[in-house]
Amino acid sequence: MSSMTSAHAPTPASDVGRGAPSGMVGRTTGDRIILGLTIALAIVMMAPLLWVVALSLKDNKELMVSMNAVFHAPYTVQNYINILATSSVFRWILNSLVVAGGLTVGTLVLSSLAGYGFARLNFPFRNVLFVIVLMGLAVPEQAVLIARHQLFSWLKLHNTYPGLILPGLSAPFGVFLMTQYFRAIPKELDEAALLDNASRFKIFWKVLLPLTLPAQATLGIFTFLGAWNDYLWPLISGTKKEMYTLTVGIASTQTNFAQSEGLGFLMSQAVFAGAPILILYLFFQKYIVTAVSGAAVR
Amino acid sequence: MADAALSSPANRAAPAKARVQNVQAPLWRNALFVLPFLVVFVALLVVPLVWGIWLSLHKADAFSSGRFVGFANYVRLYNDKIFWQAIGNTFYFVLLTVPALAVIGLMLALALNSRTRTAAVLRTVFFASSVLSVTIVTLIWRIVFVPGFGLLATVYGWFGAAPPAFLSDPDLVMIAIAIATIWWCIGLPMMLFLSALQQIPGDIYEAAALDNANRWRTFRYITLPSIKRTFVLVVVIQIVLQFQLFGQAKLMTNGGPNNVSKPMVLYIYEAAFTKWDLGLGAAASEVLFVLILIAAMVQFLVSRRKGESA
Repeated sequence: MSSMTSAHAPTPASDVGRGAPSGMVGRTTGDRIILGLTIALAIVMMAPLLWVVALSLKDNKELMVSMNAVFHAPYTVQNYINILATSSVFRWILNSLVVAGGLTVGTLVLSSLAGYGFARLNFPFRNVLFVIVLMGLAVPEQAVLIARHQLFSWLKLHNTYPGLILPGLSAPFGVFLMTQYFRAIPKELDEAALLDNASRFKIFWKVLLPLTLPAQATLGIFTFLGAWNDYLWPLISGTKKEMYTLTVGIASTQTNFAQSEGLGFLMSQAVFAGAPILILYLFFQKYIVTAVSGAAVR
Repeated sequence: MADAALSSPANRAAPAKARVQNVQAPLWRNALFVLPFLVVFVALLVVPLVWGIWLSLHKADAFSSGRFVGFANYVRLYNDKIFWQAIGNTFYFVLLTVPALAVIGLMLALALNSRTRTAAVLRTVFFASSVLSVTIVTLIWRIVFVPGFGLLATVYGWFGAAPPAFLSDPDLVMIAIAIATIWWCIGLPMMLFLSALQQIPGDIYEAAALDNANRWRTFRYITLPSIKRTFVLVVVIQIVLQFQLFGQAKLMTNGGPNNVSKPMVLYIYEAAFTKWDLGLGAAASEVLFVLILIAAMVQFLVSRRKGESA
């Protein structure tokens, strides 16, 4: 890392380009060194991923002789064919889709309704309630985890889809985000609609909601990604193999790394599980980055 | 839709007045919009929060709330060397990861803050790992670190050497988990710094260029002061995030060897869900809650100050 110290300050030349539409990299020697180091770091960054992909394409018998077999042919897709035949990965992907999808839809509905209510409508205790919801932002999952688990045991919700989805719906972040967004929309819009004798719900549904699409996208992506990758709650709630989410399922396969168990097969499962989200990332990168960093700053 | 709603008010304003009041009359009905969320919020966050505190004062198992034991669970924690070790491990992990994430994130942001295609591709690479789940991240890094057939072992093997035993040497396991975590989480700090850098007006740099300010001075006197708040924000966000270390430790080492890589959340998980000592787990999670709350309050103050100045 110390070799990167020179990366600290860009040259004035490329700094000028910074604010302007055309930045220039590789202009001076210093810039070239920085770029070279960054590319080197990117390769180091990708090496573990490539290693896993390479392993997944190898026959296990060959790997048992020498790991250097990874670096030369023959490669095979047999491990992936085995997944299609035997693995529970599909069931887990389905579970993850249901859970992440359900949580996303639920969060969008609840947050939009509540965000509109808090931002636009007047009702008793509104401000107190909003402050209480905001305070919920500071509560980490671990502080409510055990009580939730007991509650769900009593309600017999473990190993069900509602059991996996419901806890996420109580997160106040979406309400906070949507309230901010609704507040930023000019009030004249709903006042005009009100004069038109539109009901509160109609104003919400027809006039304001379409304007919140960018916020819906941000919140939706953030929620989906978070639910898809969640590990702690699914681990303690969905304990039956057929109710594993993908995250928990993949974790359950990796308890033993003995080569005889089929290293290549294990790796192909990881690739199979990780690839869809990486591909989605490549397509929707801008939205995902905005959603994740926007959510972090609040 | 908005147009239609906007076009009419002028000539219809007078008769509509009465109706406006009609709509506003039953105030409580407006609360129906927030009610669905509030029900879920109270049932699954407020109640469990209070219940958790109550549980921490009881000797409870999976199905019964047990009997009241006062602060006995907290006393047990106080006397449990492993709990103190878990707190120490958690702080050590935060210390290993947060400065590295902030500094490397900032350096990457500085290096990649340009509109070239190369920079865009590299940004994509450095953020990509952030979208993976903890399970895949740990699978990848175990296969890097694992002795015998890991990536490190293979590379070391070319030189006839054996790599350090990252996953079994007590001095190295936390570092191994930290490396995997930095690899996983580096995207967010980089992106936050990038958006802060883009807020700095370009003409300040032009002026610096005219003054022949060198790289270091430009960074020290222009860039750094402009992104100071973002820097604090990144640090606080990462402290809150890394404090909750769980999956990496559970999956890479399961807290071992000899508990040296057991963080607080893993302690809570084991107390509550493998030993089914819910009271003890709840007490430990209240301790964690207080520690995170302190960091969260700092975050709130920092981001509010940021909002006020903007």
